[in-house]
Amino acid sequence: MPRSQRLLKLSGQEPLIVSPETNFVNIGERTNVTGSRKFLRLIENGDYEAAVAIALEQVQGGAQILDVNMDEGMIDGKAAMVKFLNLISAEPDIARVPIMIDSSKWEIIEAGLKVVQGKSVVNSISLKEGEATFIEQANKIKWYGAAVIVMAFDEQGQADSLERRIEICKRSYELLVHQVNFPPEDIIFDPNIFPVATGMEEHKTNALDFFLATQWIRENLPHANVSGGVSNVSFSFRGNNTVREAMHSAFLFHAIQHGMNMGIVNPTLLEVYDDIPKPLLEKVEDVLLNRKEDATEALLSYAENIKENKKEIQQEEQEWRKKDLQSRITHALVRGVDQYIIEDVEEARILAERPLHVIEKNLMAGMNVVGDLFGAGKMFLPQVVKSARVMKKAVAYLQPYIEEEKTGDLKSAGRILMATVKGDVHDIGKNIVSVVLACNNFEIIDLGVMVPPEVILQKALEENVDVIGLSGLITPSLDEMVFIAKEMNRIGLKTPLLIGGATTSKAHTAVKIAPQGNGPIIHVNDASRAVTVVNNLLSEDKSKTYTAEIAAEYQSFRERFLDRTSSKSYLDLASARKRKYSIDWKGFHPVVPNHLGLISLEDQELETLVPFIDWSPFFRSWDLHGKYPQILSDEVVGQEATSLFIDAQNMLRKIINEKWLVAKARFGLFPANSEGDDIIVYDHNDFEKERYRLITLRQQLQKREGQPNLALADFVAPQSKGVKDYIGTFCVSTGFGVREIAERFEKENDDYNSIMIKALADRLAEAFAEYLHKQVRTHYWGYAVEESLTNEELIKEAYKGIRPAPGYPACPDHLEKETLWEMMEVEEHIGVKLTESYAMWPAASVSGYYFAHPEAKYFGLGKIKEDQLLDYSKRRNITIDEARKWLNPILI
Amino acid sequence: MIEKLLKERILVLDGAMGTMIQKLEFSEEQFRGDRFLDHPCPLGGNNDLLSITQADAIKNIHEQYLLAGADIIETNTFSSTSIAMADYQLEDLAYELNYESARIAKEVADKITLQNPSKPRFVAGSIGPTNKTASMSPDVNDPGFRAVNYDDLFEAYRVQVAGLVEGGVDLLLVETVFDTLNAKAALYAIQHYFDEKKLNLPVMVSGTITDNSGRTLSGQTVEAFAISISHIPLISIGFNCALGADQLLPYIKRLAGITSFYTSVHPNAGLPNAFGEYDQSPQEMAALIEKFLNQNLVNIVGGCCGTTPDHIQLIAEAAAKTKPRKIETQTHA
Repeated sequence: MPRSQRLLKLSGQEPLIVSPETNFVNIGERTNVTGSRKFLRLIENGDYEAAVAIALEQVQGGAQILDVNMDEGMIDGKAAMVKFLNLISAEPDIARVPIMIDSSKWEIIEAGLKVVQGKSVVNSISLKEGEATFIEQANKIKWYGAAVIVMAFDEQGQADSLERRIEICKRSYELLVHQVNFPPEDIIFDPNIFPVATGMEEHKTNALDFFLATQWIRENLPHANVSGGVSNVSFSFRGNNTVREAMHSAFLFHAIQHGMNMGIVNPTLLEVYDDIPKPLLEKVEDVLLNRKEDATEALLSYAENIKENKKEIQQEEQEWRKKDLQSRITHALVRGVDQYIIEDVEEARILAERPLHVIEKNLMAGMNVVGDLFGAGKMFLPQVVKSARVMKKAVAYLQPYIEEEKTGDLKSAGRILMATVKGDVHDIGKNIVSVVLACNNFEIIDLGVMVPPEVILQKALEENVDVIGLSGLITPSLDEMVFIAKEMNRIGLKTPLLIGGATTSKAHTAVKIAPQGNGPIIHVNDASRAVTVVNNLLSEDKSKTYTAEIAAEYQSFRERFLDRTSSKSYLDLASARKRKYSIDWKGFHPVVPNHLGLISLEDQELETLVPFIDWSPFFRSWDLHGKYPQILSDEVVGQEATSLFIDAQNMLRKIINEKWLVAKARFGLFPANSEGDDIIVYDHNDFEKERYRLITLRQQLQKREGQPNLALADFVAPQSKGVKDYIGTFCVSTGFGVREIAERFEKENDDYNSIMIKALADRLAEAFAEYLHKQVRTHYWGYAVEESLTNEELIKEAYKGIRPAPGYPACPDHLEKETLWEMMEVEEHIGVKLTESYAMWPAASVSGYYFAHPEAKYFGLGKIKEDQLLDYSKRRNITIDEARKWLNPILI
Repeated sequence: MIEKLLKERILVLDGAMGTMIQKLEFSEEQFRGDRFLDHPCPLGGNNDLLSITQADAIKNIHEQYLLAGADIIETNTFSSTSIAMADYQLEDLAYELNYESARIAKEVADKITLQNPSKPRFVAGSIGPTNKTASMSPDVNDPGFRAVNYDDLFEAYRVQVAGLVEGGVDLLLVETVFDTLNAKAALYAIQHYFDEKKLNLPVMVSGTITDNSGRTLSGQTVEAFAISISHIPLISIGFNCALGADQLLPYIKRLAGITSFYTSVHPNAGLPNAFGEYDQSPQEMAALIEKFLNQNLVNIVGGCCGTTPDHIQLIAEAAAKTKPRKIETQTHA
């Protein structure tokens, strides 16, 4: 293999090529427990965070290789080496440089070699224990792909003269190159730097011998390199840094001249060669080069006269840490960095007249920047939530001081009550809006989920809130909101009402809620708008015109909406039924399920669900809009989406590895036939015995000729046809454990992760539904055993059969869940409950039906007429008023 | 043998195995075959298992690539390590999977060589990255954590290498390297095996640049990656997967400028579209590959995800018309 230029090439995440032009490679030495007491103390105390910071300091200070040594009797050197190397490899600013694995114990070296991806340097091996060990270790190092430092040390001991240095290096080189076939450019000799000016006669030539040995190696051992630990040379001047710095720098100057091309140097103990005062330099060089008989005495007496002028050891802080206090606080908030916030806040607290001022001035100034950037679209929701995390940490720190002072409440921009309405358990959106508002200095009174209307109203009065925010995800929540607006009207409460949540809409708010209330009622569906809306509502000069504008806008919206609705025409129920979707049942033979009856999965492996996750809705829940995976490279939100996605992936790993969540499912496959718009479910052992009736609703919108008016019952063979057909039902949940984890995060003021766990649990629940559906299709029911679809196709729902869910467009009737729960004894078996509004608890749950017919498809029911409401109430055996209550959102 | 050919011409590697298998739309039952009928977990999607349960189909894919003009075919063993097979509870099958895949690939290669001895065909034992990373934590809150360690990887690769070599491969291909530490463990296992058996087969290494940052998943630049794996005499070093030919071009250029080994490239058929499918046509891809060829950047060329025998045929035609890259002296200053 031609290698015309055999240069030592090392790598971390980036390459380091040691060529004649690189001059001198500086090896960082502070991450060495034998050389740095501070580092040793940190490792002993297990403070790896601070230990990693030292590594970063070294690299930022110019270290091109990082020497890591854990040889200390009191610590488990092997474990410490592995842990530290693993930690720094996660820091790109450190991991870019190659590592020098430094130990006198082979087992520690080998453990280190097993965790570095780049080409590192072993420090060191030698002939101390004879040729066999030397060759064996060298061979392994070659296989691990590392370079090696060879100490001038053999069976007789350490080389202390020029001749011994040459002898040992030559012998080592020949063994390595000829026996081990070790690349000569990967050999680095350390010909021992020993102290000079010790007063001992035999130490006088220590520096000079090193220089000459270095020169000999470079001239006689092709491609080999030379390194050494420089600070040894000045050992006898400990305590006199001025002299030490001059000695190091003069030593380096001459060593490099002689061919030393790498070395361990403490950059903070290094004077610039040209800046060394001439008289000092001359005396130092006399010692190093052994130029004068009395050189040592001369340097010693000179040294005593030098006034110790301690150089301040400058902490190489990152640039922003050097800025003024306010800039640091703002930086921490904008970047969401919480590492220094407590210390900065403490500094601000000491300076401030009152602790409260730190929040009002310093922190709010930072949050205003966050608010401005967010408003300008330069920050995105996940970042703002991280900013809020820093803010909360800071406020939590200040809280005791503020309370001690007892100066009353913090002056906020306004008090906002937030609640998810009665019967509903979904709170991701509500929490995000709360966080964003809190970031903008609004005080949030969060009543949580399933809050009864009377509690909302009572709290609103008690706390004298400025705005009430209501949230809900399921359709019955819409009526709860209407009810609350009516109640507010009744008791004369004019507080502005914000409406948000997945099923809410401007149309519903304008048409159904706004007319009931007497104060401003505004639909706000994204967090970024919430701040503007609330600011407008609470601003003294803008409020009036703003509410008037909104009222006018909703009025005209309402008129247009009603116009449009009335222009659509609807069929009476009998005509709609005549236009049912007709399937040719004669030619169809339903597949008999492999497993009839009920099955529970008590602890589904979460890992299996991961490939079934549809990520696009995950991003939507964070107000990042776009399709996955393209969203990751989106010009505007790509960077944030990627960062969010990485956080999500990491939490997902934790969820799986640490079993944060338990996934359970209950499902059943039953014989079934349709009868009109009902589906009769038979006993799974007895096709004659009717056990339950599923009630489906039929589209009534007048459609084009040939377009059917669908009901889900159309996809099951009618009893009258004499075909034995089947239906499935299911409930899956991945919500067990979510609340505990979320609460744990909330306690730590970590809304970001609290929202994250809920968003991920929701995705896992959907993924579970998808996964189980596939298992049912290919296995439990087995009507599609041949199916082989990619995950993308699954997400696109390219399979045969459907799994519609009550509460969603094809069957908006939430009461159906009651039947499903009875049929499957869901709560008894897997513990998923229904609230009074038929929301599922835990929230990360999905339930529905399975229809297997290949023509079965998803559709939206649309609006229905009074005649179907009446028919429905009879079929369900409830009063028409009660039926109206449940179906209100879909009535014309 | 292969070294001699590399001096003379550009060698052609085959295209995607997975893409071809997907087209066959095997059912769960077909994946299982008779032998794994009662296996406790689903086996659908375990493509490597098909070398045992649907060996004829795999042989047929090998043959299609050879007939399209591939000089080197890869064994169907990308995931045949005990680590990757753990997903299917088939850890113990690793040796047999490698052995069988090597055996059937060699059988087909020998058959085609016999038809035209002037164009000898080779089998490269495909050694994938496994599905775990040894130098990165899957958990941002615990950056010191590792889902797999060097010793585990070494053991898994040791078994894979033994199976491949004993099954009859002509060379080894450590490919789709996203974490260099994983690859280094594979190279250690290979040397260990060669040393023990006193043999030596050519070894190719092919890394993966995951995006336009120009780095591997584990963060290394092209140069750092090359330095980290060049401690053993490789027959070639290159890049595959993740990107299409046009995106890989600048990185191959950088690699060709610094390495003293032969270079290889087997890109994807473009980038996946919105449905995760690769839709670069054979003509489009071959046109892009010609850029590599015209600039004398490569010695071995083939295809990765989304490529088919039609792609390989056009790539082989283009390769036949061009001179191979000459290994020049290194240009590091």
